[in-house]
Amino acid sequence: MIELDARRLMCPMPVIKTQNAIKPLLPGDKLRVFCTDPGVLQDIPAWCRINKHTVLLAEERDGEYILTIEVGNE
Amino acid sequence: MATQRKAVALISGGLDSLLAAKVMLEQGVHVEGINFYTGFCVEGHTHAIRKKDKAKPKRNNALWSAEQLGIKLHIIDIIEEYKQVLLNPKHGYGANMNPCLDCKIFMVGKAKEWAIENGFDFIITGEVIGQRPMSQRKDTMPVISAESGADDLLLRPLCAQNLPETKPEREGWVNRAELHGFSGRTRKPQMALAEKFGFDDYAQPAGGCCFLTDKSYSVKLTDLWASRGKRDYELDDIMLLKVGRHIRPKPGFKLIIAREEGENNFLQGYKKQFITLMTMSHKGPLTLLDGEASEEDLRLAAQIVARFSQGREAPSVDVQIAEKGVNKLITVKPLPAEGILPAWRV
Repeated sequence: MIELDARRLMCPMPVIKTQNAIKPLLPGDKLRVFCTDPGVLQDIPAWCRINKHTVLLAEERDGEYILTIEVGNE
Repeated sequence: MATQRKAVALISGGLDSLLAAKVMLEQGVHVEGINFYTGFCVEGHTHAIRKKDKAKPKRNNALWSAEQLGIKLHIIDIIEEYKQVLLNPKHGYGANMNPCLDCKIFMVGKAKEWAIENGFDFIITGEVIGQRPMSQRKDTMPVISAESGADDLLLRPLCAQNLPETKPEREGWVNRAELHGFSGRTRKPQMALAEKFGFDDYAQPAGGCCFLTDKSYSVKLTDLWASRGKRDYELDDIMLLKVGRHIRPKPGFKLIIAREEGENNFLQGYKKQFITLMTMSHKGPLTLLDGEASEEDLRLAAQIVARFSQGREAPSVDVQIAEKGVNKLITVKPLPAEGILPAWRV
């Protein structure tokens, strides 16, 4: 599992960081993104849907938003 | 069988770019979207700061557009490169600090670079002649094509019939007869086309997509440059211009005072970078001090912060001042309402 720290960044920066982190990964790889902007709960799943990735889990924990993504076949 | 041509579409999240991309998809062109993030884009972040806005989460319209179109969207961070566009616009500014023509030239140029790197044939935008006073005029459209380097690989599907033929039209990659001849500020043709395509929940037409077109924001930006004696900025600077009350009681420092809980939480993230002030004896907003302040200045700052706390009518308010991990507590009399001079408000 690759982890990405996108805390303190406001959307769309967490989306851009996620996009760039996924680029070198292979289908089936997993990425966990840590954010503080609640906007990611809309924006990262939307970006994943259009790019054929899957959000396995989106949770709020101690004021942070954590999304687990499985890389799809782009 | 003819080769399927590939176009990269500049997607802002507005109606015009959505329609332009759809027109190309209808002609069988493979379209992918590109969206540039300058740091000044209205889309995205600010809705997440204020608590009152969290109850109605705002979607990112560029992502929404891509999803409606069923196309990929590539969001590109151009914050650093964009500085030169904003600081030295060859074609000048619009009504505020908006360098719209230079911005469009820059973005089309970046899209062309991306198209070459990724094997795309041409570039499309949702531009319409006469739609915008600075960047979307008949005389500026050729300037964008030429200075971006896109030349005749730049196609504007919504107004192409009013412009000279581009390569995609000449080569038969697209059918010019099925493009459009929209012009002027009217939105009716776009709305009719949106209805034809079944788009009924698009972003408000002609809405501004950039903070630089906003007068109040532009005033804050020029104040920032004037106070620092140089025209430059970092992402944090331009983010903070969107948050809180900005009060500059002296040329050397400015206070950024949270207006509500969401902004308070947002400013918490900057505590290590700034001197912060917080009322302790009464509830009050978190405040950042941007600049340099003497002891006397800090006392004035504390009196201002006290004015915005629940102790504004109290005889004295305790204010904690934190700088580089060192806290000190001072007691001040809040400034009266008339003590906050209108000229201080940025």
